[in-house]
Amino acid sequence: MDNHKDLWKQQRERKAFLALADGTVFHGYAFGDLHDRMGEAVFNTGMTGYQEIISDPSYAGQFVTLTTAEVGNYGCTQEDMESRSLFLNGLIVQELNPASNWRSREELSAIMKRYGKPGLAGVDTRALTLHLRTKGSQKAYLHVSEETITEEEAVKRAQAWEGLEGQDYASIVTTPVPYDWNDDGKYHVIVYDFGVKYNILRMLAARDMRVTVVPASTPPEVVLGAKPDGIFLSNGPADPSAVTYAIENIRVLLGHGIPMMGICLGHQLLGLACGAKCGRLKFGHHGCNHPVKNILTGEVAISSQNHNFALTDLPAELELTHINLNDNTIEGIRHKTLPAFSVQYHPEAAPGPHDAAGLFDAFRKLMEDSRS
Amino acid sequence: MPKRTDIQKILLIGSGPIVIGQGCEFDYSGVQACKVLKQDGFEVVLVNSNPATVMTDPELADRTYIEPLTCDILHEIIRRERPDAILPTLGGQTALNLAMELNKNGILKRYHVELIGASADAIARAEDRQLFKKTMQDLGLDLPQSGSAHSESEADAIARTIGTWPLIIRPGFTLGGTGGGIAHDEAEFSEIVRRGLEASLNHEVLIEESLLGWKEFEMEVMRDKKGSSVIVCSIENLDPMGVHTGDSITVAPIQTLTDREYQEMRDDSLRVLAAIGVETGGSNVQWAVNPDTGRRIIIEMNPRVSRSSALASKATGFPIAKIAAKLAVGYTLDELRNDITGSTPSCFEPALDYIVTKIPRFTFEKFPAADPTLGTQMKSVGEVMAIGRNFKQSLQKALRSLETGRAGFGADGKDEAFESASDEVLEEKLVKPNAERIFWLRAAFKRGWDVEKVFFLTQIDRFFLRHLRELAMFEDEIASAGTLKKLAADPALFRQAKEFGYSDRQIAFLLNSTENAVAAQRRKSGLLPSFGAVDTCAGEFEAITPYYYSTYADSGEPVRPRCDKKSIMVLGGGPNRIGQGIEFDYCCCHAAFALRKAGYEVVMVNSNPETVSTDYDTSDKLYFEPLTLEDIMHIYEREQCSGVIVQFGGQTPLNLAQALKAAGANVIGTSPDDIDLAEDRDYFKQLATKIGILQPESGIAHTVDEALAIAEKIGYPVLVRPSFVLGGRGMVIVYKEKYLRKFAEEAARVAEGKPILIDRFLENAIELDVDCISDGETTVIGAILEHVEPAGCHSGDSASITPPMSLSKEILEQIRVYAREFAAALHVNGLMNMQLAVKDGNIYMIEVNPRASRTIPFVSKAIGVHLAGLAALCMTGSKLADLGFTREVVLPYTAVKEAVFPFVKFPGVDIVLTPEMKSTGEVMCLDPDWGIAYLKSQLAAGSRLPKQGSVFLSVKDQDKPRIVEVARKLVELGFRLYATLGTSTLLCNEGIRVNALFRISKGRPNLLDLIHEGEIQWVINTSENGAEAMVDEIRMRSKSIAAGIPITTTIAGAEAAVDGLRDQLEFGRFEVSCLQEYHRHIHQMRTARK
Repeated sequence: MDNHKDLWKQQRERKAFLALADGTVFHGYAFGDLHDRMGEAVFNTGMTGYQEIISDPSYAGQFVTLTTAEVGNYGCTQEDMESRSLFLNGLIVQELNPASNWRSREELSAIMKRYGKPGLAGVDTRALTLHLRTKGSQKAYLHVSEETITEEEAVKRAQAWEGLEGQDYASIVTTPVPYDWNDDGKYHVIVYDFGVKYNILRMLAARDMRVTVVPASTPPEVVLGAKPDGIFLSNGPADPSAVTYAIENIRVLLGHGIPMMGICLGHQLLGLACGAKCGRLKFGHHGCNHPVKNILTGEVAISSQNHNFALTDLPAELELTHINLNDNTIEGIRHKTLPAFSVQYHPEAAPGPHDAAGLFDAFRKLMEDSRS
Repeated sequence: MPKRTDIQKILLIGSGPIVIGQGCEFDYSGVQACKVLKQDGFEVVLVNSNPATVMTDPELADRTYIEPLTCDILHEIIRRERPDAILPTLGGQTALNLAMELNKNGILKRYHVELIGASADAIARAEDRQLFKKTMQDLGLDLPQSGSAHSESEADAIARTIGTWPLIIRPGFTLGGTGGGIAHDEAEFSEIVRRGLEASLNHEVLIEESLLGWKEFEMEVMRDKKGSSVIVCSIENLDPMGVHTGDSITVAPIQTLTDREYQEMRDDSLRVLAAIGVETGGSNVQWAVNPDTGRRIIIEMNPRVSRSSALASKATGFPIAKIAAKLAVGYTLDELRNDITGSTPSCFEPALDYIVTKIPRFTFEKFPAADPTLGTQMKSVGEVMAIGRNFKQSLQKALRSLETGRAGFGADGKDEAFESASDEVLEEKLVKPNAERIFWLRAAFKRGWDVEKVFFLTQIDRFFLRHLRELAMFEDEIASAGTLKKLAADPALFRQAKEFGYSDRQIAFLLNSTENAVAAQRRKSGLLPSFGAVDTCAGEFEAITPYYYSTYADSGEPVRPRCDKKSIMVLGGGPNRIGQGIEFDYCCCHAAFALRKAGYEVVMVNSNPETVSTDYDTSDKLYFEPLTLEDIMHIYEREQCSGVIVQFGGQTPLNLAQALKAAGANVIGTSPDDIDLAEDRDYFKQLATKIGILQPESGIAHTVDEALAIAEKIGYPVLVRPSFVLGGRGMVIVYKEKYLRKFAEEAARVAEGKPILIDRFLENAIELDVDCISDGETTVIGAILEHVEPAGCHSGDSASITPPMSLSKEILEQIRVYAREFAAALHVNGLMNMQLAVKDGNIYMIEVNPRASRTIPFVSKAIGVHLAGLAALCMTGSKLADLGFTREVVLPYTAVKEAVFPFVKFPGVDIVLTPEMKSTGEVMCLDPDWGIAYLKSQLAAGSRLPKQGSVFLSVKDQDKPRIVEVARKLVELGFRLYATLGTSTLLCNEGIRVNALFRISKGRPNLLDLIHEGEIQWVINTSENGAEAMVDEIRMRSKSIAAGIPITTTIAGAEAAVDGLRDQLEFGRFEVSCLQEYHRHIHQMRTARK
């Protein structure tokens, strides 16, 4: 009861805050690691999956605002980690709850603290989301520490931050050394780790693939030397145009006709390697409810999405395969002559619906066909 | 793929009268379906027996049949209309069952009618327990251990195989779990199995392993013909397994599942739809999850729009019924727009950034003998939904929406009974789910019990319990401010209290202040709610549809400009309950329709998710909010309304009228003062005297002794009632002093210190309802309704007939004069309802209510005039002359309204009709012949009067003279008669052949034996009014209800039914005709007269 009183007091004092570069400030109370951070404020409208989100390397450099009302309810468990660490810069929620689920082993605030990530609770996340929707994703300063800092100063620091534009975050989150995810599999797949989510690896492995994960900057010769049946381009954070080495490498690998699949950042890189253009969306797609239509079959899948950039103009050798029904942006492409395809959304889900899991089967089919 | 072009005419089946388990949510779904199908150019034929629905308005469908929902009648309609397709998935279980019956009887095949939305095979797979089980097993889904039995011995064998208690028993093919239950031992088991076998249409019960205490979840799924599927809404029950989901407090979205668990449940839900074969449309899939292991079991699925679909639609903004109708005629999800955003497709899953709480509304106070424990049989009669930015806020808003007198989660001065209970009682109240359990939970936390202890007792998820505990504790935090002034000095705490959902009333209670003072202080402190939008996408896209809820947050949605239109607020009726239901929602909707058409902007406020009024299409702006002064006034001010209408939503808004006026709202229509005057006994007496109408002798008692003295003076029998109630709550007829004492004590308790009114009871008088409309100058009679049952039966429970059949022209003319005089005296602007009694040629005034009555929809349908819409226009200043309604409509046919009762849900409760209203719904039937109209109404109300067989007669002494004629006619019609000794002697003396039976307690064979043997097809049983019914009679009537045998409890009803049967035989069969045709006859008659 007493700690309730303290918590209530903290909740209503709302001393911690998020200061956006445009001068807007959102107040709340701190949880997790109590060090101030800078980052890019984005939102995610998924109603479940906060642990998958915080452990998704794609959010490196970002403050993720969860729009769902109550967070922390089911705790955290090692099984639901999507990478080896938390790479986001901070989490912003409305209501923070202690865990109540048989799978939970750790509280949300505890895992944040353990990985040194700050959180801000008690925020009117709807107001913040509407702000980001109209003004676009923004550089921001998250104040959670005991340090005295004025709101004006925080805004200035946010403005002064370098931001994510043109930044190669893939090299930060990628595995430092190659590793084997599993030992067995009919097909050998090399996964370029630009910030790969474990569920991609799980889903590849579940389809009889032996999965080797390599660092983002691994030269094509090394990959070719392993004679893989397939190459996978993973998801990852930030700006695809900053990962120029990867674009070059993919261009080389494409020439060898090895089946290739890309997701999210991997999809953008494949597109760029083939000559497509890539631009920044106003506030990105961040949620678990985006309808994607396969324009070849007419099928619609509800997809998990998390990206700020999107391919725009496709060159002649690329065929448009999927579109987002909300805003008609490009969601999937395939090469007209080579065994390569990619999607902007997340068929591996985690979090989100499993509707598009069949794409991994399609990848496997490419490898099957290329063997025969 | 666009819409199908190979079908042109679609028959839509409604769900019939409101019953427990099937409420006005199906009016909502039907209205949406009618609208979109018509827009798409289909010819829509609608059949529904419920006149209180918006869907049965003649404008909505091309042809509207207000006829009994039986296979024979549908056969007639199909024969007449030759539809290409039937859409059975929007009319609840009733429509689904009818579709199956039509299919089984070969009618669909014969007339080439296609079932769209769900095929017969799919329905069978979902509904037939064995088929369902097999389909789920083939999918690899986990099921409880179970078996289905067709006899008691089969049932015992299954119980032995499962080998553990408790066991759950569920009958096949019924509504809302009728006849099911949980058995904890052998005795309970055999009792429930017997009841279940009787209730089941296919004489089958399912017996299964108990999942008591498991977490319960529901998923609302939409699927199109290409197989694209979306989850519209996920719902988590606060009450764990064991309580019918309709009786559970539920929350959306799901709160306590990890993404992995959630997505697996989603995948399986979609697979279930595919496996059952739901081609298109909405379905719900229910799951149970073991809280310790995560083992997940499928409970059931409904291959149709359901009660939870309405909830899901309102909770998310996704119009399930509308989309389901579109999908049924060939569209796919990606082709349809999301109305709320206007820019994104319907093929998406709504994202919520708020918490929705649904709480059921019960009326156990109406059925004191009913078991108030909640179980697998649904007992609630309505529900409320509230939206809040967090769970605490949402829950508190929902609790104050319930209108049970509570201002939220306790802290309102009404916790005494809960807090003072012993630990033993408290434990029992937590262990055994009941309607008030939420307040017992509060009491437990107040007592210092911890979450683990309460979890052990209730198995309610700790997520919820922690919030409840926090709320219970937070009261002290508010109270610690000491005074309102000090709270105002701590704006952060003040704001936090509002964020936690505390109402001004609760804060006032905690700080010894008043609601008004808290409200005033908040305004002074600038602590005002902001409004969030239900936008389907958690803010990701801009929403164009203004659908709002209040919260306390940093910023909110701006007020949507309304150009130069004036804004009128319409207050809804809140949760459905006995006495206040869909009829009032119908009136609110019509007010909205008429005002919008006239160029006003309509702001609707309501808390009932089942209704048409809370469809975002009905008004210009929808506020899903509790109907309390605090919540309403914020909206009124925000929208700068120029007026608020209180007379359509039943008692709820009426009770607020004075407070709204005092707070500065402009109450339009009849003024709150005049409304109060009509309730003021003394004033009313004077008024009646002035107008020159008789009133039954009466008196007002403040004590039990006074009551006895008054009754002595005016003579027994007397009618005793508390003032200011709706639905006849607390009202009773008393013949003897000893009963008066008892009832006076009880009435005093219900009416909370208000005086008790005692009237002389006019025995065997004809009771009348008169509905009229006035613009302040002109008053026009809508209709005069004659009750079939004599005075003493609540007007809402009585069958009514218009035009009246047994009154002279002179009396009717005099009634019209009285109506005009009362309307003038009370300055009525809008609707007015009078209740009168006629005895020995004298007219007595019983009461006048200057507001919409329960009979307005029925009258409007009967005469083809939208009275509620006209009344709304009168309130804004229009005159009836300009609106073209100045003359009472003369009907060339008879319209009958019959009430429908929930007795089958409350085993052991007596079903005799009294001044206390007990019906949940009503049906309407029309026919040129009044006898047939009445008979059809009996059929529509579910009382399938036999054409042959045996009738049991047992009547009270005063009915004995009249039963002779009834008996004689029955014999002429070929019926065999049984009667108890007294009645049979009488009939024998009159030369009528009759078989004598023992009274139940006197020996055998008695009625129970004959019912058991299937020998009795109809029971006519009248008993002394007011006296406590004899145990025998209660058993007799309960048994008849359980066995599905029609039972007539008034001599007038019996006479009408016998006349109807005779007429039916004369005409050969029932004919059907649609409302549009009936209304044309009025028009033709009028033209002919000119």
